[in-house]
Amino acid sequence: MTKSSFSNIQSEYLAVIDHNKCVRCKRCIQNCGWGTYSFGGDKILADHSKCVACGRCYTYCPEGAISIIKNPTVIRENANWQEPLVKNIWRQSETGGIVISGMGTTFKYKKYFDHILLDACQVTNPSIDPLREPMELRTFLGKKPSKLDFDFDEKGEPVLKTKMPPQIELQTPFVFGAMSYGSISLNAQKAMALAARALGIVMNTGEGGLHDDLVPFGKNIIVQVASGRFGVHRDYLNSGVAVEIKIGQGAKPGIGGHLPGEKIGIDISRTRMIPVGTDAISPAPHHDIYSIEDLRQLIYAIKEATDYEKPVSVKVAAVHNIAAIVSGIVRAGADIVYIDGYSGGTGAAPIVIRDHVGIPIELALAQVDERLREEGIRNEASIIAAGSIRSSADAVKAIALGADAVAIGTAALIVMGCHVCGKCNTGNCSWGITTQRPELVRRLDPEVYGERLYNLISAWSHEIQEVLGAMGVNSIESLRGSRERLRGIELSDAELKALGIKHAGL
Amino acid sequence: MLKIKNKFNTERDISGCGLCGIINAKKVKTNGSDIKKAISVEHDRGNGLGGGFAVYGNYPDYADIYAFHIMYDNLSAKTDVEEYLRNNFIVEKEEPIPTFKTSKIYDHPYLHRYFIKPKSDRQDKLFHELEDDDFVVNSVMLINQNYDGAYVFSSGKNMGAFKGVGYPEDVADFYRLEEIEGYMWTAHNRFPTNTPGWWGGAHPFTLLDWSIVHNGEISSYGINKRYLEMYKYNLALRTDTEVITYILDLLIRKHKIPVRLALTVLASPFYQKIDKMENDKKKLFTALRQVYGSALLNGPFAIVFGYSGGMVAMNDRIKLRPLVAASNGDFTYVASEEAAIRAVCQSPDMVWSPKAGDPVMVEFDDIKEKASLKGGLLSL
Repeated sequence: MTKSSFSNIQSEYLAVIDHNKCVRCKRCIQNCGWGTYSFGGDKILADHSKCVACGRCYTYCPEGAISIIKNPTVIRENANWQEPLVKNIWRQSETGGIVISGMGTTFKYKKYFDHILLDACQVTNPSIDPLREPMELRTFLGKKPSKLDFDFDEKGEPVLKTKMPPQIELQTPFVFGAMSYGSISLNAQKAMALAARALGIVMNTGEGGLHDDLVPFGKNIIVQVASGRFGVHRDYLNSGVAVEIKIGQGAKPGIGGHLPGEKIGIDISRTRMIPVGTDAISPAPHHDIYSIEDLRQLIYAIKEATDYEKPVSVKVAAVHNIAAIVSGIVRAGADIVYIDGYSGGTGAAPIVIRDHVGIPIELALAQVDERLREEGIRNEASIIAAGSIRSSADAVKAIALGADAVAIGTAALIVMGCHVCGKCNTGNCSWGITTQRPELVRRLDPEVYGERLYNLISAWSHEIQEVLGAMGVNSIESLRGSRERLRGIELSDAELKALGIKHAGL
Repeated sequence: MLKIKNKFNTERDISGCGLCGIINAKKVKTNGSDIKKAISVEHDRGNGLGGGFAVYGNYPDYADIYAFHIMYDNLSAKTDVEEYLRNNFIVEKEEPIPTFKTSKIYDHPYLHRYFIKPKSDRQDKLFHELEDDDFVVNSVMLINQNYDGAYVFSSGKNMGAFKGVGYPEDVADFYRLEEIEGYMWTAHNRFPTNTPGWWGGAHPFTLLDWSIVHNGEISSYGINKRYLEMYKYNLALRTDTEVITYILDLLIRKHKIPVRLALTVLASPFYQKIDKMENDKKKLFTALRQVYGSALLNGPFAIVFGYSGGMVAMNDRIKLRPLVAASNGDFTYVASEEAAIRAVCQSPDMVWSPKAGDPVMVEFDDIKEKASLKGGLLSL
């Protein structure tokens, strides 16, 4: 079929240059990963169609001469035929393909975290001042026995008899979500590794193997095993503090992944253990896991390979029947279950999946926690909640709903400059995050952004301490699963029931 | 209506309070006049909406069987509960709990006591395999939950709770405690902040031999409750005190954790302290927090609990409520205020203010001897 020479799709944004302010330094040309700017002999020219509003150019324009504005040319408004739908029809009619995007859903679904309010002490119990009193955030992830047994030494003092299963110790209940080398740059991973080490938390390799440069950070790394098995070998499994089996991801439950061959350079090839230039395709299912008993086999295969010294985590997307699924995963032997809600991020996903599949993390988490308690197995595994944790308030609410810790992915990328433009899949990230182009990767300084990540998690941790103090408790385990400290606002009875909380005022 | 069960639209009842405890380690008995005098000094710590006492050693004639104290709103509830009891227990004796009209307590439920032991061929097949203690716990929960208008407020052996709506000194007169003798007494004066008078809500709260009097509000109630529910405890009463009792029951009776160690679960040491411990101890305390973190009682409290082996008084981990202790010979006294102790023991050998989270533990001498045979205090 011949390609038509024009496109119906107009530029979403306009890169407007104030030529009176512009000094023609050409930094914008250099900084834009999208090729929006060029030099026209006497002034900077902008190809608006290439602009994604990633914010790099105006951040680095020394004269403040650039404005990125939404293209004011309207597509006739229609509440039913909305602009993105119309544009996607054009796009697909031009290409015949699936529309792919990066990041989490842009749909305006109800955000339950924004309908949950926290409690505080007044009179009958005192609040606690975190500046004056200890305020404990230390968290251990892993299987806990339901009870402890003791022996007694010759002095009659008790000695622990129970052998504790392996635990991941976190100084604050945050982990960085799984983002592979390939989907993001090595420098972005290094920034997280540096921050994780300084904070006493962990990052996650994603399904991209472990680059040699990150091996020294093993105590702060969870290594992932996913359906493509990229980069998996015995030493890899033993190089982190835990191993995670990735079944699904909130942004794209039920489907696999695809890192195109052009991104597989020598370094990624070595790390993923695949030839240079080949596509890295992660199948939708693990082809050795077609049922829960197969998952059990993989969990125990990994435990055997790691001498039962590492907790095994299983990451799943929040889907309709999540409570029963997680119960099965726990009974299959997982020590940690990582649940990713439908608004979680991704490097690339078909938007039909990203925008329409899965359920909110708040509801999934509440149901899972309740189900595991009903079955008397909540202690058997820790729960990590993910899927767009946007602030410390989201984290507090997730923990009170039942999570042991929360994972942050998109927020960590935002620290590194990400403006959530959603074009991760293109590999042109001007911020050096979701790209493998050396000239772009180089601009992301791991130490600078490692420190900023440290700052963010420290700030959020301080905020959690303030909230705990206001609630009159001085340890995070007194908040965990304590739904009595939550109230819903503007929620229906069905929603309150699913969350297991009462309406404000009750 | 007497409201022996909590019918209010609240997740739970919260209150401020005063408390006292007196124990004689040699099990020398005293009557209830001392404890009444001590708690009456703390009159202003309550508001007349709840007072109560627990006494140990008061039923020597029935020391080996369970003494149930039950309050009834109406006689039909009594008929129903008695049918359940007759089907499942051998009832050795039953009688109204002796009470005496006082001008201060003018309205009260039927108060009845039963000396019973579970039948070996008890009817209730659901619990058939259970040990006697577990069966009694299940029966107490069943009655309290399913029998409207009935509430078991005491179920131990050779001990009893005596409580009601009113100031504790009036409740003491109502039950005429000066005619009752025991070797350990606890008392409570209640200042509820969100419910009116409620007979079942007065302290002590008891289960088997456990009796708890408590001053405080457990800020971690939400998770403590959900944790206990995982172990099938039914928190019908919705009070903090109930939560404490069940946690102790779970830790000490079911999980067989030594008493002193169980107390460190309730008010666990901070990690900054644990991190400085030597290796084995660090491992032990870290594991306790990892496994029993949901049982940590967070928020202000002072509690006094009695059990067949002795008495324990303790504070929360940062001491947000008052607690004073004193010893005089074989007697140990604890109270919210030193004045309460001085009222009954003018010049004790020693008076001290227990540190945050640091329990005052007194064990009866006969129990201590038994314990030393099998390896130290902590093996209890």
